Amino acid sequence: MVETYARLLVARLRGQFSYRTSFTIEVFAEALVQAIELAAITILFSHVTALGGFEVHEVILMYAISSTAFGLADLTAGQLNELPNYIRAGSFDMLLLRPLGTLPQVMVADIRLKRIGRTLFGLAAMAYALSHNDIAWTPAKVALAAAAPLAGAVIFGSVWVVACAVCFWLVEGQELANSVTYGSNAFTSYPVTVYSGWLRRLMAFVVPGAFVAYYPGLALLGRDDPLGGPAFLGWISPLVALAAAVGAGLVWRFAVRHYRGTGS
Amino acid sequence: MRAYVHLALAGFRRYSTYRQAMFAGLTANVVFGMLRTAVLVAAVGAAPVAGYDAASAVTYVWLGQGLLAFVVLWGESQLSERIRTGDVVVDLYRPWHLQAALLAEDVGRAAYAAVVRLVPPVAIGALFFPFRWPEPHTWPLFAVSAVLALVISFGMRFILNCTTFWLLDSRGVRNMYEVSSGLLCGLIVPLAFMPEWARDVLWATPFPYLIQAPIDVFLEQGPQWTVLALQAFWAVVVLAAGNLVLSRAVRKVVVQGG
Amino acid sequence: MIEVRELCREFTVTTKVGRLRRARTKVRAVDSVSFDVAAGEAVGYVGPNGAGKSTTIKMLTGILVPTSGHVRVAGVDPSRARRDLARRIGVAFGQRSQLWWDLPLRDSFDLLRSIYRVDARDHARRLAECVELLDLSGFLDRPVRQLSLGQRMRGEVTAALLHGPELLVLDEPTIGLDLESKERLREFLADLNAQRGTTLLLTTHDLDDIERLCPRLVVIDRGTVLADGPLEALRAEVVPERVLVVDLEKPSEPLTGIRGVVDVRIELGGLRQHLTFRKDETTAAAVIAAVAAQADVHDLVVEEPEIDDVVRRLYARR
Repeated sequence: MVETYARLLVARLRGQFSYRTSFTIEVFAEALVQAIELAAITILFSHVTALGGFEVHEVILMYAISSTAFGLADLTAGQLNELPNYIRAGSFDMLLLRPLGTLPQVMVADIRLKRIGRTLFGLAAMAYALSHNDIAWTPAKVALAAAAPLAGAVIFGSVWVVACAVCFWLVEGQELANSVTYGSNAFTSYPVTVYSGWLRRLMAFVVPGAFVAYYPGLALLGRDDPLGGPAFLGWISPLVALAAAVGAGLVWRFAVRHYRGTGS
Repeated sequence: MRAYVHLALAGFRRYSTYRQAMFAGLTANVVFGMLRTAVLVAAVGAAPVAGYDAASAVTYVWLGQGLLAFVVLWGESQLSERIRTGDVVVDLYRPWHLQAALLAEDVGRAAYAAVVRLVPPVAIGALFFPFRWPEPHTWPLFAVSAVLALVISFGMRFILNCTTFWLLDSRGVRNMYEVSSGLLCGLIVPLAFMPEWARDVLWATPFPYLIQAPIDVFLEQGPQWTVLALQAFWAVVVLAAGNLVLSRAVRKVVVQGG
Repeated sequence: MIEVRELCREFTVTTKVGRLRRARTKVRAVDSVSFDVAAGEAVGYVGPNGAGKSTTIKMLTGILVPTSGHVRVAGVDPSRARRDLARRIGVAFGQRSQLWWDLPLRDSFDLLRSIYRVDARDHARRLAECVELLDLSGFLDRPVRQLSLGQRMRGEVTAALLHGPELLVLDEPTIGLDLESKERLREFLADLNAQRGTTLLLTTHDLDDIERLCPRLVVIDRGTVLADGPLEALRAEVVPERVLVVDLEKPSEPLTGIRGVVDVRIELGGLRQHLTFRKDETTAAAVIAAVAAQADVHDLVVEEPEIDDVVRRLYARR
């Protein structure tokens, strides 16, 4: 099974080498998209010493985890942005004709390697942030530093799946979904203490955005949560990610059932 | 002239049919408005930064979210598509000035966008956050500034699209423009927050005149008439440059026989 | 192979009423359709646009779930066992591609082998057969986007057959193809059905496809089955008239007064005459004998009614 998807993936990647010149530019452009938020953070910190109670390198750490996670999610789940086109052109029906699940098929259908740009930039930012923060390294924290972007990617990916599943009802819903996916990337780039009220409750806990970078960041930095959350929250992102993935899988199943039930 | 008025009306009507897209775009503006507001207010809440207090930061954010759709900062490739497919030949042989015709249509589109994309974010900012309203005499100046921003934006998009005549696929170029324009025109962070050298460089380009300039006029920061004069200058420059690019392109098309 | 009983499928259509209100109406795209297809049969499923053909096909292949009714394809319920079914049937759509646009055709086939988990030797054997019979060798290594429509369609059919399906469902397989490509494809499909025993179900607008491939026809219109039976029987039932075209040695007045002939039309000043007669009242031989008694016959032919005509009359009968 894994082999099948791996082959699908490799085939996709091979296809992209036919456009090698624009490829480099596109990778660079993708990295730049992610870099702009970092520029904004740096510019803001040239005037203030703290944002939401966190100093510049701490914010950059959260930004970096979020960027890497989003980059990875974009690379895999980002393909879901094409779903409305698949539905409109009838290619989604083609996926239903194959003896494979529809969600993984959509995810590997047209992987855009250029999106690696975001991940690469995120990783560079992580290297910078991890070396510029005073982190008391333990084996557990090393594992957390590696697991956080992956768990974050799964959370973002789940958000993406749920948001894009809207397209089965509203074919034009993809732009709406973008507000949620790209919005959650912007949200998680800053400590959640920056936000307040229902915006924080919605984006940090209903959409579990706080578990992408904020709580793992706190745990890495060895800081207490200014919002008073218990310390173990910093370590449970993988569990949150698992729950999010299961939830997203169920939503997708429901959506596809709706699609097959009412058609396009 | 009457033809161009007609085109503007057609532009208004055409864009008023894309309701779902309008609603989705507006949602994105509101989501990002919320997030940007939170971050900026966190930065300027304790003490004003570079002339921005909480109220002017809020005004800056929501005005920016509205203006970006009004001037169309991102994603517009209709002309590029027509060039790529060759349909542009039809446009070139019509008895009109292509650039003027497209501008007329864009003005019509913007008139619609002003109602559905510019006013709502500003209204949300004003309703739910501390907001900084300008003096009455500023309103007409802001209107002129916004229209000039629209013309400059149109002029730049026109040139970008025209690169398709030579590049065949201008996606890379447009991509770079879309990626960088947010920061360069002062949508992401106010230009006033940037280091001095960056401000000097950017104000010497047309970018800040798309977003930051109308916001400055609205917030009554800096000399309003100077800003308008510079916007007018850039409007003329980008339109003239676009015209030049177009005539070169036409010669190329004619020489190659379409 | 296929078992369809009282199959129904409703769609909800929302229409605008006034400025804001929307009215929801239910439309039956498929309304109580029943038919069976035995293993080894080749059946044409025809009907005008919007008759419910595609909706039926989608329900047979597991893409859509029926509103009500019973479907079994290759022994399984398509809506419940979609993946299981996918391994046992092959589907090719004339207007939708299941190939990878920017990969060489060969790579698409490789991927499909992996997706359907086909044994390498079986794959090689089936591919070699298709390559030979459909003449794919010239463009196997070309990206699909560069193929002509005819080449792509041959690729699509191959793609649908690589996992050795018992049933091949084709939706408008010859649409847009040039005559030669159509003919090659029909020949291939006819062989597939006759020699391999692969069951065929095809929808088409091109009635030549039916004439060439399908001994049996299911005609559907507005969601219901209008007729189901052998092409010949339908022809006889629906269009009882035949036309005898005779070329005479010398021009003549219209040859009237022959028993069973209901219409005579003359051409070339009477040199050629079209005599329409009812098959249930007389026979071609009797008419020919009667004509020969009246004039010197140079040449003659009995025209069978065009299949278009058969279908058109079926629709008209409603």
